Amino acid sequence: MTADSPNPAVEPDNVQAVVDSPADVDTGSSVGLDPTVDPDPGIDPSSSMWTSRLRRAWMSKLPPDELLPDRQPAYVASWIYVFGVLTLAAFLVILVTGLVLAFAGPAWYHTSSPGLFTNSLHFWSVQLFFVFMVVHLWGKFWMAAWRGRRAMTWITGVVAFLASIGTAFTGYLVQTNFDSQWISFEAKDGLNAVGIGAFFNVANLGQMLLLHACLLPLVVGVIAVWHVLLVRSRGVVPPIDTVDTEFSVTPADGASATEVRP
Amino acid sequence: MDPIYLAGVNDPATYINWGWLSISVPNLIVILIMIVLFALAILLPFPKGRDRS
Ligand code: HEM
Repeated sequence: MTADSPNPAVEPDNVQAVVDSPADVDTGSSVGLDPTVDPDPGIDPSSSMWTSRLRRAWMSKLPPDELLPDRQPAYVASWIYVFGVLTLAAFLVILVTGLVLAFAGPAWYHTSSPGLFTNSLHFWSVQLFFVFMVVHLWGKFWMAAWRGRRAMTWITGVVAFLASIGTAFTGYLVQTNFDSQWISFEAKDGLNAVGIGAFFNVANLGQMLLLHACLLPLVVGVIAVWHVLLVRSRGVVPPIDTVDTEFSVTPADGASATEVRP
Repeated sequence: MDPIYLAGVNDPATYINWGWLSISVPNLIVILIMIVLFALAILLPFPKGRDRS
């Protein structure tokens, strides 16, 4: 849109938000002094546009302070709280090495030394990913971390776990070695017995490779992001014996999290 | 030259049988590692962050 072609879709009360040419707006030093110029032309608090509604919903559910806090309650100072992020870190290594494997292809990763090394990084990160995730799961189970409107955090965790198992399973099936052959021929009978062998055919290498490299990592990734955003929006669950102290970030007055608040 | 493998993943694993329980050594090792990690995560003191008093 050029400065001299008026946009007919623009409603008068939204003009400020859609002006995109510097010629239309006084950007000189008088901005903020002239009461007719909105100091923040991108935001109209009363707008009903979907962008505004989405922004308001996001800001009330997950303001930046809660998304990226720099203080946490005292009880978070324990190694058990590190395992969620360790799981996430292992997942990132899996994604990056998996991308390298996908672009370079099996002729590279099954024969060359750097290929075998990248393949091993991918494999061992998966082992770490599951070890970290299980310790994380045990930790959250024993602290009953689904308390206080956190059921969805637990449920997204469960789904992430199941989707990860599917991703790992299809990964073992695309090794194209005796191990993958053994696994698929053991699995096919079980999957046929429950009646899904026709749709999920473990002997179909193409299907397994596409599920492993395209669909399932995406599912795990999206669920994991949702899971972490839920944790950030709810705040870390307080220990079981301090239910009265529910607040997400250590308050500015320096009160400790173990203090009982009314 | 034959490569040296840290873990032989091309041969069947050794299994431990204890009554009805049958478990491969690799699986047993992983489960033990997870239990040890869990115990350490609970017991080890967490380093103090920067002091912000
Ligand atoms: C892809 C796998 C997973 C990733 C990347 C992940 C990541 C995280 C992270 C970063 C946190 C916050 C830090 C922490 O408390 O550790 C968290 C919290 C949590 N996770 Fe997971 N997690 C995963 C799987 C699971 C599983 C399998 C469960 C249980 C079934 C689970 C249950 C929870 C719960 C309930 C919380 C919230 C704790 C609270 O509100 O204080 N997560 N997760």
